[in-house]
Amino acid sequence: MIRENTITTQGFRTHFVQTDKYKTSTLVWKMKAPLSKETVTLRALLPYVLQSGTKTHPSMKTLRTYLDELYGAMLNVDLTKKGEFHIITIRLDVANEKFLKDASPLLNKAIQLLSEIILHPALENGRFVSQIVEQEKRALKQRIQSAYDDKMRYANLRLVEEMCKNEPYALPSHGQLEDVEAITPDTLFTYYKKALQEDEVDLYIIGDIEETSALEAVQQHLQLPGQLPRTAEKPHVEPKKVANVHEVVEKQDIKQGKLNIGYRTQITYDDDDYYALQVFNGIFGGFSHSKLFINVREKASLAYYAASRLESHKGLLMVMSGIEPANYEKAMQIIHEQMNAMKQGEFSDNEIEQTKAVIRNQLLETLDTPRGMVEVLYHNVVSERKRPIDEWLSGTEKVQREDIVRVANQIELDTIYFLTGMEGEK
Amino acid sequence: MEKIVYEQLQEQLYYEKMPNGLDVYILPKKSFNKTYATFTTKYGSVDNQFVPLGTTEMKRVPDGIAHFLEHKLFEKEDGDVFQQFSKQGASANAFTSFTRTAYLFSSTANVEKNLETLMDFVQTPYFSEQTVEKEKGIIGQEIRMYDDNPDWRVYFGLIESMYQQHPVKIDIAGTVESIADITKDLLYECYGTFYHPSNMLLFIAGPVDEKAMMEQIRRNQAKKSFPKASEIQRFHYQEPEEVAKEKHVLPMHVQTSKCLVGIKAKAVKQKGKEKLKHELAMNVLLDYLFGKSSQHYERLYQQGLIDETFAYDYTEEEQFGFAVIGGDTNDPEKLATEIKQVILTFQDSPLAQEDLERVKKKKIGAFLRSLNSPEYIANQFTRYAFHEMSLFEVVPVLESLTIHDIMKVANECFHQKQLAVCQVVPKE
Repeated sequence: MIRENTITTQGFRTHFVQTDKYKTSTLVWKMKAPLSKETVTLRALLPYVLQSGTKTHPSMKTLRTYLDELYGAMLNVDLTKKGEFHIITIRLDVANEKFLKDASPLLNKAIQLLSEIILHPALENGRFVSQIVEQEKRALKQRIQSAYDDKMRYANLRLVEEMCKNEPYALPSHGQLEDVEAITPDTLFTYYKKALQEDEVDLYIIGDIEETSALEAVQQHLQLPGQLPRTAEKPHVEPKKVANVHEVVEKQDIKQGKLNIGYRTQITYDDDDYYALQVFNGIFGGFSHSKLFINVREKASLAYYAASRLESHKGLLMVMSGIEPANYEKAMQIIHEQMNAMKQGEFSDNEIEQTKAVIRNQLLETLDTPRGMVEVLYHNVVSERKRPIDEWLSGTEKVQREDIVRVANQIELDTIYFLTGMEGEK
Repeated sequence: MEKIVYEQLQEQLYYEKMPNGLDVYILPKKSFNKTYATFTTKYGSVDNQFVPLGTTEMKRVPDGIAHFLEHKLFEKEDGDVFQQFSKQGASANAFTSFTRTAYLFSSTANVEKNLETLMDFVQTPYFSEQTVEKEKGIIGQEIRMYDDNPDWRVYFGLIESMYQQHPVKIDIAGTVESIADITKDLLYECYGTFYHPSNMLLFIAGPVDEKAMMEQIRRNQAKKSFPKASEIQRFHYQEPEEVAKEKHVLPMHVQTSKCLVGIKAKAVKQKGKEKLKHELAMNVLLDYLFGKSSQHYERLYQQGLIDETFAYDYTEEEQFGFAVIGGDTNDPEKLATEIKQVILTFQDSPLAQEDLERVKKKKIGAFLRSLNSPEYIANQFTRYAFHEMSLFEVVPVLESLTIHDIMKVANECFHQKQLAVCQVVPKE
């Protein structure tokens, strides 16, 4: 289905996926480290500083001009959490010259540029350029604040913060506002060196590529300290037992209430029951044929969106819905009823089959985008459990009704978070 | 069935016009897993005054009805079409824009069945008083969701500031009050007028056999009967060149301000290649002025006035065209002044050939990247086709752009009276 060829290069792993689907070639660089309060904000800043200038292209303008000349190569960075890991991603996507009139090879130039961005940043006095660092600190603060302005995102962040208090997972992937100011070009540079030494690193190269020559370019330009790929250690977190349901109500001057509910499933990507959990989520709230959509939206007309999703590496199930503040009790009651129905096995064989078909479709569709392909393959790096695509498909197919019910009965309600209007009754 | 080959892009497109007037395009994409299909009508939120099919009088319908219709078309006497699609392993969706309503599915199995479901549900309306009432609650919450979204508010606030008459200034979903007036009879009237096959386009991209698929579509369409097509009469709004309001400020519950500057283009009446050229020239110009490699971007970023949310975009349809520039900022006043300054002083310093070539290169690469996505191809191809342009002509037209073409759009649009500002600021 996809042929992933993984090769150990100096200090990291390079994964090639050869495909003629795309008109561009994609490079994705991933750096993984344990999520921790001490490093989360440094890591959130680091890739933004790296993409602001290199030794050869020392400013954003010169670097971006060079990207334009490489036929609009696209460079972007982001931060994500996968369970208790914090992951820095740097992507560089470049046109495949066979679709251009001017056919000079672009992939090797892109690999060279990626190595510049990662290994040869713009420096002054042996550390990051202070003007760049200050500029990116300001942008980071604005990025953190803007999460507050997008209320759907804010409600989700707040739920995780409340639910996972005292666990690293409560930390937001884009860092903490109060820790930004203290960062200096020195401290960030020291951390950068450390991350290059210690992070677990994977490079994905996807497209209609010449593997041999691409590998040569990687070996020539990208070398990390140490020969073998490192492994980032997984922080140990005691599984949380829910004693009491935690309820939080927050008021803001908004028109629609955002109801976000978190459950503990105690099942992650590592577990045998992972596929059953996926099917559970599909029947419960993952799709537009699911119980939440049908009952909260279609039957009761309470919401435009009512859905659930999984945090696969953390074992959380999250429900989200936007409702009229006065309809809080009604919506909660319907959501509880749907969860109880799942626990009682009140779903048809038809719903099981339908859900399996949609999950299968979703996975296959994800593999049609370079980005999606990398995300699917990267699960196998984050988790100790390796799941080839074929197994993923057959594993879902094998899920039985009993498995879904068993999984449902393991799920515990942990936290209810409601962001509501000033006038709202609750 | 006509075959069109695009050699440089290595794409082959198949086209046929059905006897009932429906335009069908198939783009085989053999190495993809999924097939993506869109069934689109040239009917959107701006079509709020028209002569309903079989009548002679211009009629004004409630704001938000095109979008409401889109929601309701999924519901049938025997249940919800979403259920049908998911039983067949597909994911389905729809969207309404200013000028189009599109229904779509993507699937990696049962493509034939899913295509049948798509054509049949769009061409078999079923509206009842009861389901229309129920939908008002759901769409009411959709409107509320957007009400709380500062990005949406600042965008629509800007369009509202730019337009005096044209209904592009009205939110696509309408308001809670306007949708209250929607009835099943009004829905049937809009449906009958705008969902005639001769006003629609079906586009399919994926690992399909074009011959078998075209035959399936022919058979499906031949089973259905439609009244004879007549030219749809839409109201033509007289829109002045000047913006309605120079500045609009919206206090909201946010921590970071937002500032957008809009450029109102003169109504662009061209079609085909001329239009494509006009649109691409404006896009190249915006990229030159505000792209990440521009001197202005660097300056504004260093001054701390913008961050990575800074963006720009140009929208051009038959009766209106506008550019939007801006993003999050700590100083919405200063940013508005700076952006306006860049626009109004552009013609003082000439555009260099070398800069033009660089931006063109960038645009060509970005276009290739967007062709990685069947969604992009289907949606954009349809939009272009409705204006008698071809998506696959973008590269040659980009290559042909001259400094003169760029200066022409600047002369047309870069005037004080065509600029408007909208800001979202933290509420006291």
